[in-house]
Amino acid sequence: MDAFLQLSLAPILIGVLSAIACALPGNFLILRRQALIGDAISHVVLPGIVVAFLATGVIAALPMLVGAAGAALVAVVLIETIKRVGRIEPGAAMGVVFTAMFAGGVLLLEQTDTSAVHLDVEHALMGNLESLIWFDAAGWGSLVDPAALAGLPPELPRIAVVAAVIALLTFVFWRPLKLSTFDEGFAATVGVPTRTIGLALVAASAVAAVAAFDAVGSIIVIAMFICPPAAARLMTNRLEAQVGWSIVFATVSAILGYVFAGYGPLWFGAQNAVSAAGMIAAVSGAILAVACLAAPHRRRIGAAQGQG
Amino acid sequence: MSAPKLELAAKDGARAPSPTEIANASLALSEITVSYGEKPAVFSVDAALPRESMVAIIGPNGAGKSTLLKAALGIVPRLSGSVRVFGQEIERARDRVAYVPQRASVDWDFPTRVIDVVLMGLYRELGLLRFVRKAHRERARACLERVGMADFAERQIGQLSGGQQQRVFLARALAQDADLYLLDEPFAGVDAATEKAIIDVLHTLKAARKTVVCVHHDLATVVDYFDHVLLINVRKIAEGPTATTFTSDNLQATYGGRLASTHIDQLKLSS
Repeated sequence: MDAFLQLSLAPILIGVLSAIACALPGNFLILRRQALIGDAISHVVLPGIVVAFLATGVIAALPMLVGAAGAALVAVVLIETIKRVGRIEPGAAMGVVFTAMFAGGVLLLEQTDTSAVHLDVEHALMGNLESLIWFDAAGWGSLVDPAALAGLPPELPRIAVVAAVIALLTFVFWRPLKLSTFDEGFAATVGVPTRTIGLALVAASAVAAVAAFDAVGSIIVIAMFICPPAAARLMTNRLEAQVGWSIVFATVSAILGYVFAGYGPLWFGAQNAVSAAGMIAAVSGAILAVACLAAPHRRRIGAAQGQG
Repeated sequence: MSAPKLELAAKDGARAPSPTEIANASLALSEITVSYGEKPAVFSVDAALPRESMVAIIGPNGAGKSTLLKAALGIVPRLSGSVRVFGQEIERARDRVAYVPQRASVDWDFPTRVIDVVLMGLYRELGLLRFVRKAHRERARACLERVGMADFAERQIGQLSGGQQQRVFLARALAQDADLYLLDEPFAGVDAATEKAIIDVLHTLKAARKTVVCVHHDLATVVDYFDHVLLINVRKIAEGPTATTFTSDNLQATYGGRLASTHIDQLKLSS
């Protein structure tokens, strides 16, 4: 049992909390037809995180967020510039900027000495869930032992705070968020600050993406934004239930993904475990696939009658 | 206010409403200009719509009718101009205004039920965290009853026909219990039964001394439904009681001769 506590508990919790932190805003991004904003954010934040590390020399939450925000700002300016100067359609301008900034981040990582910390190309792409271990754990008693708890990987309290804050914001601002997602014009006429709500949603997504960076890396995080809410949408016709299902699916993906990655290959006689982040994304994709085939509300009822 | 602009306005025969007219109007617009690109979608439109009336905003496609409504409500930014609702700033009069957007402007696949959409009309009462109580639900249900949709309360909104969607939107506006109702094309693409149901509700609103303003496209029903008209084609063409303003000349000016004269002959026109 000590082995589970030391090796698996923290990664599983971090994986679950990351998946939930991304899935919550993901529900609204999908309904607003902005799902790819999650993708965009995950690409753009990489150079921001690397630069923040280079500037401060440590991997800490605040510099990373500031760096990511700065990178997002640079991306917005670049996209506008390319759109205007290059006379290119917005989608293409975004694609170019996101990919270029991500590539820049990868190059920057390769050129710098980050061997002392968990920050290298492989981790940036796939996360480093497996390495977030809890050395101080010695039996279940450690869960209430302050000395042992202090040895938890710092990524765990960080993602816990982020997930809690995002959950709280979602709860408190549920009504304006739902209203402006469904009918932005009407929302504005009853005094909902629709623009602020939209920006706050994107900002919350960015924070979730940065915090989930540790767990699943910056590419696979897009699966966390999209797959659980998309599968959840097929389970129900009520937004409240959809968000509930998305949390269930995010949790199941993270746990099963971690377990399959660690033990799955052994079951098939292979020697080594596979990437946990990759497996988590694969499981969430599989859940979506099953939902597409078997979920109760998979027929898009509105589409059948045509909209006038 | 620059001199050339005054001249331009004067040429159109337009005149910004006076302070008294603004105070007495349900919705007063002064020199509203909106632009999405280089060309203005709405240019310097003035209007002082009377209280307790049924008003139609009429004009060809692309004339800026919906844009004018959205600009009045602050949904799209104005380049210039001011808006007063019952003499007040619109931000102070939000509780007195209900808006029914175009049906096609929202995604009807959204995961929510009919009753939840109507409850959105109570947003200003419920705020962020107040519980939806039985009294709120009963009010929402009563609004559905008024548009003949009470049996659909628990349905997912994607299961509704176009006419039913429009009725639900109207029920949400009724739940707002406003004094001024602004509706964007409420009769577009709805069945005859729905059109009848909607106009009946609107007439009860007028009887209850409310003001109803509709962006309207069906010239054949203007005289029957509305007692005041605002004709626009980017600029204001004419505004006044239907009886004196909904004339062949004004329609020709509004539609720029695009309206076949045979069509006009078939219309019930004033004078």
